[in-house]
Amino acid sequence: MPDEQKPEGSEGPPPAQGEAPKPQAKPAAPAAKPAPPKPAAPAPKPPAVMMAMPWDSDLARDLKERFPGRVLATSTYLGQNFIVATPEGAIPVLEFLKLEADFDYLVDITAVDWPKRAERFDLVYVVYSFPRNERVRIKTAIADGFHPQTAVDVHLTANWLEREVFDMFGIEFAGHPDMRRILMPEEWEGYPLRKDYSIIQQDQRWVRENLGIESGQ
Amino acid sequence: MPDATFLDSTELVLNMGPQHPSTHGVLRVILKLDGEKVLGTDCVIGYLHRGVEKIAENRTYTQFNPYVDRMDYVAAISNGLGYCLAVEKLLNVEAPPRAQAVRVILTELNRIASHLIWLGTHALDIGAVTPLFYCFREREEALKIFENYCGARLTTHAFRIGGLQYETYEGFEREVKAFCKMFGPKVDEYEELLTNNRIWMGRLKGVGVLSADECKEYGVTGPMLRAAGVKWDLRKAQPYSGYEKYDFEIPTRENGDTYDRYVVRMQEMRQAARIVEQAVENIPEGPILGKVGKVIKPPVGEAYVSIEAPKGELGYYVVSDGSTQPYRVRVRPPSFVNLQALDRMVRGGLIADVVAVIGTLDIVLGEVDR
Repeated sequence: MPDEQKPEGSEGPPPAQGEAPKPQAKPAAPAAKPAPPKPAAPAPKPPAVMMAMPWDSDLARDLKERFPGRVLATSTYLGQNFIVATPEGAIPVLEFLKLEADFDYLVDITAVDWPKRAERFDLVYVVYSFPRNERVRIKTAIADGFHPQTAVDVHLTANWLEREVFDMFGIEFAGHPDMRRILMPEEWEGYPLRKDYSIIQQDQRWVRENLGIESGQ
Repeated sequence: MPDATFLDSTELVLNMGPQHPSTHGVLRVILKLDGEKVLGTDCVIGYLHRGVEKIAENRTYTQFNPYVDRMDYVAAISNGLGYCLAVEKLLNVEAPPRAQAVRVILTELNRIASHLIWLGTHALDIGAVTPLFYCFREREEALKIFENYCGARLTTHAFRIGGLQYETYEGFEREVKAFCKMFGPKVDEYEELLTNNRIWMGRLKGVGVLSADECKEYGVTGPMLRAAGVKWDLRKAQPYSGYEKYDFEIPTRENGDTYDRYVVRMQEMRQAARIVEQAVENIPEGPILGKVGKVIKPPVGEAYVSIEAPKGELGYYVVSDGSTQPYRVRVRPPSFVNLQALDRMVRGGLIADVVAVIGTLDIVLGEVDR
């Protein structure tokens, strides 16, 4: 698939997404990118950003027209399209896709933690359209402590999916009807899927009080 | 009539599970009841949470492969297929034709095994004991093929990123063909016991109805969506692993009740056997592993790949930072999403139907909790 073309948009995971206004000439300066320092290796190193290409279609153009300033980029990688939106723009875009573009099935909501970035989390919505047989992702970068708007008013599925994101990452959704943990015990301290939560970490107090043992390891 | 002749009815909260035989694992449902009528439910899940997604970030791509089997452990091969396809997408490679054909055979046999577990336990919940033994009898035959192929019956780890873990064994094709030949009449046998059984119909018809719109609203996929009349199957909509080469139907029904879901799953087993029959007829010769290095190291990027698992859409969202370990693996579990619709399906119904509805959801708690 689109694989060895030249990079153009550079909304890769590491740099703050959609900061740079989209398809400039070249990935000018994602300057302060703390690229994983892999010294040596004289071989041509693969670039440390996702080689996403701009995605151009009726839908993509329509989105940019409708949401100027809120849709930052429309890109495609490995034949999969995604929209980069501002945190405030994600839900309106989701609603627009559902009501006017037939994306009537919210497949998934999840997050990715990039602790070194200013906007720490990527919030990812996957939507699918039955009539168009097409799948699109909406990505938005949010800071730690930011309360994104809930998607429950648009898709009922979002209820549990957002609860899981809250449970695992500590992202609280504003306006969610039932913002409780879902997989972890309710009194558990800490958010396991954050990158600074070690794999052997646990809530010692909870383990002691509820399991009556010193450590679950 | 004076009100005083009636007793006051107050809301009764009843705890069902986590240790309850018909919750199919450790699911706890808090039921709010008015007499026998269900006013509302609250699911408490997470008892089987093992942090699979966290584990993924601390293993290499190859090391994580066996872990996915432990999610939906009655359809481990499907889980493995989804994960391998997702990583292959990131690597931009495809499994060779021979591997694809064998993958289809094993995955469809696994679909049959998974549906047989569903049928046996669902019927047992309703009160029909016999089908359980019939189902396990045939499932055993499928598991024997898995065991001969890879040494494991349940958590198979059958596939490898880029192709297959093992070459097929001597007599594989013969055994698979024999299974297909044997299996059709067995489905007739189950249907004879259940399909026109008056008790079966009485307990299932009109119970736990979920319309097509509600299914989409709740993200419910798989046989549940098809029973509501939506002809949608990822194997047809977005074919993977060579499914476009096989001739099969997508069974659908109209009412979206528990009985229709039963009919759809029964048809699906027949269709799965049909796919296996075609695939085993001509397995292409050639390598079983594509061009992947010993060290799996996808370029920086991300991909969402999903397959039609026996329970619905099973998706993997994999993010790579260019290292040998995935930066993030998100599993989109069909059971978890489908379970959310439980409240809508049982609200206003009778408490006895809760058991039927949990059965028809076909959830595996290992996948719900991951």
